[in-house]
Amino acid sequence: MEFLIERLPLYLDGAWVTIQLTIGGCAMAFVLAMVFGTLGSMKHWLPRAVATVYVEVFRGIAALVLMFWMAFALPLMTGFQLENRFAAIVALGLNVGAYGAEVVRAAINAVPKAQVEATVALNMSWFQRTRLVVLPQAWAQMLPTFGNLVIELMKATAVAYLIGVADLTAVAQQMRQGTGETIVAFTGALILYYLMAQVLITGMRVLERRANRKLGRTQAGDTGLKALLKHPAIGGGSAGVG
Amino acid sequence: MWDFEFTLEVMPDLLEGLWITVQATVMGYLIALTLGLAIAMVRRVPYAGGVVHGVMEFIRTTPLLVQLVFVFLLAPSTVSAMTIGVVVLGVHYSAYTAEVYRSGIEGVAKGQWEAARALSLPARRTWGAIVLPQAIRKVIPALGNYLIAMFKDTPLLFAIGVAELLTQAQRLGAANFRVVEMYTLVGFLFLIVSIPSAILIRRLERRYAAV
Repeated sequence: MEFLIERLPLYLDGAWVTIQLTIGGCAMAFVLAMVFGTLGSMKHWLPRAVATVYVEVFRGIAALVLMFWMAFALPLMTGFQLENRFAAIVALGLNVGAYGAEVVRAAINAVPKAQVEATVALNMSWFQRTRLVVLPQAWAQMLPTFGNLVIELMKATAVAYLIGVADLTAVAQQMRQGTGETIVAFTGALILYYLMAQVLITGMRVLERRANRKLGRTQAGDTGLKALLKHPAIGGGSAGVG
Repeated sequence: MWDFEFTLEVMPDLLEGLWITVQATVMGYLIALTLGLAIAMVRRVPYAGGVVHGVMEFIRTTPLLVQLVFVFLLAPSTVSAMTIGVVVLGVHYSAYTAEVYRSGIEGVAKGQWEAARALSLPARRTWGAIVLPQAIRKVIPALGNYLIAMFKDTPLLFAIGVAELLTQAQRLGAANFRVVEMYTLVGFLFLIVSIPSAILIRRLERRYAAV
């Protein structure tokens, strides 16, 4: 215990890098998911084809392989060296974005057809319809799955230490090599990862509740502070990001 | 720029790596399937269920890579890296499959449990003949997705030195100074396996959704 407290600043430095990777990866994945998810829900075949290619390619390749490619193959091919941390963020963003795009597409398609017909009857433009009617409803449906993806992304950042990013995992490795205390060094890192996940889960639940409240929906057992600690149910297929 | 001769030359070695990747996936998946079911059943037991749930939640929210390296460093050197890799992969994913099984078990109508009780069936028959057949049928597609997910996590075994696809690629690429070809090929090989399996699982999903 004393060992851990002494080295806490180092661990927190590593955790901070992990947080940066998580935030960067999430931001990029979110934008990609929204863009390609919307493309995938369109009627015309061309945007749908573009979305399908993106989703299948980046969902099919492991995050680690993508990261190695970004860090080691890309500089040799183009002569352009990405900063390691940035390479990790891009790889994670592309990978998780592909999962997210499927979630967005499914959520947009799940908005009842009558809602869209009503917007046509009200003479709304495509932009108005999407912004005012379709997205708010789809948003509430996306959030629970997004929550799982955020956790998966946070976990996947650990891989970045293999391309030389000094994240939490790298700190744990250094601790072990420096002191030989394998159990303490790694347990400390695992606990920090666990705590970060708990913060993310709670944050996503707050967002979920807000989205549902805006739509005038409240879910059973979803009120009060205690409900925030409840874990979201996980669905099939959202795992395997890294 | 792209060296095709070299590509052909290293193919056998790469395919060997892919074969190890596939083996690790299948064995890990078998562990995840059986252990996950056991965990889902234990979770219905008071107290023990809560403890198991907590442990699984911890496993589920911490990185697989860290778990792999951690266990690898602790295990005695007589245990092979492949064994450690397969076991950790399997246990990690059992945290996911357990949740899938649980949703299936909870989806079984309450009347079915009550009927089994009314017929005073022993627990073994209740689970084996009534609950599980109904529960598992419904969750097959979700379980299938984790097979692909696991396949895509096997490159992590690189970190503990298992000679899977990525490890082979790294070795060959470094020895021949042809990194671009190697990493691109690994990406392609992954796509060649994962896209057809995704299509297959989508078909299964449609077939079982109709039931």
